[in-house]
Amino acid sequence: MIGELGQLALCFALALSLVMAGAGLAGARTEAALARNIAHGATMGMLVFVILAFGTLTYAFVTSDFSIADVANNSHTLKPLVYKITGVWANHEGSMLLWVLVLSLYAGAVAMLGRGGERLTSAALGIQGLLASAFILFILFTSNPFLRIDPAPFEGAGLNPLLQDPGLAMHPPMLYAGYVGLSASFSYAAAALIVGEEGWARAARPFMLLAWIALTCGIALGSWWAYYELGWGGFWFWDPVENASLMPWLVATALLHSALATEKSGAFRTWTLLLAIGGFSLSLIGTFLVRSGVLSSVHAFASDPTRGFFIMVLIVCAIGGALGLFAWRAPHLQGGASFNTASRETALLLNNVFLVASCASVFVGTLYPLALDALNGTKISVGPPYYAATFAPIFFALLLLVPFGPLLGWRRGDVKAAMRTLYPALGLAAVAALAVLAIASPRFLTGALAFAVAGWLLGASAIDMAKRKGARASAFAAALAHAGLAVTLMGVTATTLWRSEALDLVGPGDTMTVGPYTLRFDGVTQEQGPNYQAMRAHIALMDGARVSAMLTPEKRLYPAEGQETADTAIHTTGFRDLYLALGDERSAGHWTVRAYVSPLAPFIWLGALVMALGGALSLWGRLRLRVSAPAAAPQPAE
Amino acid sequence: MTPKQRRRLAFAGAMVAAGGVLAAVVVYELKGNTEYFFSPSDVAAKNVEPGIPFRVGGLVEKASVHHGAGADIRFTVTDGAHALPVDFNGVLPALFREGQGVIATGALDTGGTFQATEVLAKHDEKYMPPEVVQALKRAGRWKEGEQ
Repeated sequence: MIGELGQLALCFALALSLVMAGAGLAGARTEAALARNIAHGATMGMLVFVILAFGTLTYAFVTSDFSIADVANNSHTLKPLVYKITGVWANHEGSMLLWVLVLSLYAGAVAMLGRGGERLTSAALGIQGLLASAFILFILFTSNPFLRIDPAPFEGAGLNPLLQDPGLAMHPPMLYAGYVGLSASFSYAAAALIVGEEGWARAARPFMLLAWIALTCGIALGSWWAYYELGWGGFWFWDPVENASLMPWLVATALLHSALATEKSGAFRTWTLLLAIGGFSLSLIGTFLVRSGVLSSVHAFASDPTRGFFIMVLIVCAIGGALGLFAWRAPHLQGGASFNTASRETALLLNNVFLVASCASVFVGTLYPLALDALNGTKISVGPPYYAATFAPIFFALLLLVPFGPLLGWRRGDVKAAMRTLYPALGLAAVAALAVLAIASPRFLTGALAFAVAGWLLGASAIDMAKRKGARASAFAAALAHAGLAVTLMGVTATTLWRSEALDLVGPGDTMTVGPYTLRFDGVTQEQGPNYQAMRAHIALMDGARVSAMLTPEKRLYPAEGQETADTAIHTTGFRDLYLALGDERSAGHWTVRAYVSPLAPFIWLGALVMALGGALSLWGRLRLRVSAPAAAPQPAE
Repeated sequence: MTPKQRRRLAFAGAMVAAGGVLAAVVVYELKGNTEYFFSPSDVAAKNVEPGIPFRVGGLVEKASVHHGAGADIRFTVTDGAHALPVDFNGVLPALFREGQGVIATGALDTGGTFQATEVLAKHDEKYMPPEVVQALKRAGRWKEGEQ
């Protein structure tokens, strides 16, 4: 019964999304006020039914209703409640339903907030409706989560234990809130092309910011999870699926900057439209890569090649349609306003050039192996050295230029004055570089350079903040986000260059050393978890003869799924991580243990959090501004 | 030409030049940093030179796993038609088993043993790396439904 209810709700949502698409697009005409009202109502209706469908599936997971195939294949009665709930989106069918839920939530927010003109909002809802109907069709025809199995099994197959983890539980919703959130910018851009409205960048800005914040957090969560769960000590593997989330982030970041210029000074009008289309297009391509099964990666948990075709058609229609619309309508729009070479616009232009170029290098590295495989069946993989040689220098150049942007005026700026303001930051950069050369061993020139850039960014952020003293909180958003970049840069550099590693076979009472630390292996005990058995190693971090901390890395066996996972133990001071992973038992009582000391590792994710906070400040300022002073109050530069 | 047009032309020129440089670097780096995937049969047929990094995939041959000193381990990867000895000094993935699919990254030494720097196993009971499936299929050792 419950499955049929979910299915029915999804069918109603499909019907309403079609109404939304038709009425929304019809509402782009000035006189069609009725159509606009219908589109608004249909949007809210669709949202209600999608929530109902999602709630139904969640209920089926929580009550372990194994007559539903999706639940039987991905859940188990012994699973803790929280993982029954997160299990809803830890499988293909449920995650596509989550995708549609997020799309509907953004559509609802567009309708409720109604930013921009009536016609613009209506057309944007129409586009959201088209997207929603396409994805609901995809779910109903290829990935229906409500299908029954008869007879129902007594017990479910369980959920991949790697996914039974708090970090990963929140990773997909966050990532989707970002990924799919870019659909709002996409819809607004397409709507702007349809109605010829110029104010779309301002209307879409809160959605852009929200999507960017969520994407930043989602990527950071995924990277953190890979760090502590996979037991390899790495935080980023240039895995195609990771790249699939990084590419939209790079374009979304470019879009945030370019849309600001469009909004404040009228520059880059058509370019901003193109970026909004490109950002969501990359989200769609990412979905295709992850969901079609063309990739072999650590994320290839559950995928089915037969679905690839449907998503492929969907992508071609969405991207092709949007680009066609762009080619047809963009020439009729007002061109971008002009600006001096020395101006904030130029800084933002360079920002966009570097971000798009770095995205292009990731794009080629990700898709080249797929293209080669499709052409002649040659299987290759592109390794991290490729990205170190292409992506890294481009991003490095971008970071060098970041401090100038916020200090230059719109249209006409003074580079020399900005440089004078930045002298203290230059000093900080020099100090950071010298400090690294003095302290770090081994010495790396790249390390000193990276820390110089981090010092440069931090100094510039502090100067920027000092100049804005007393302004509204949102005026500090950019400085905060740029400081976050510096923090992440330090973490990434230090972890990559100065990580120490040890791998030893140890028996009870044996010691091993890693970096400056001595570890004593006290043996392994068996523990019983809620739905797993663990072999827990007891390893003491020694301070002379004294035990200063106990670490307990584990190996867990999940009998329901017949799988083993490694659970790392991390001892952190905030400035360095001591990271232990338990390997395998080679002879009675003797285990392999892998240990890492990663300096500044926590900075990687701390920086992402600071960036997201910067975005949140800006978003808060936007929303507050609308409540307190609608329309065109002059705002200080962000 | 107006000053604005001249500036635009200069910008477009700079972009084309920068794009060219980027494209050249990308192509060059792609050539230098790709690792081919070979099955043990490919390795036998192609006479891969020692020291060239590549990935090899297949099944861990039954009763082929031997422990050496410390964390050192030796095993044989097979696709049913040919086999390749692998030497690895590191922590094996949790799902490493005899008779199961595995992918190793590394290079051949002069003695013809594959010195692995990384060993990946499948991630769960249901999943088999697609490369391994294809290698087994090409060697004619893939049974439908085996997965």
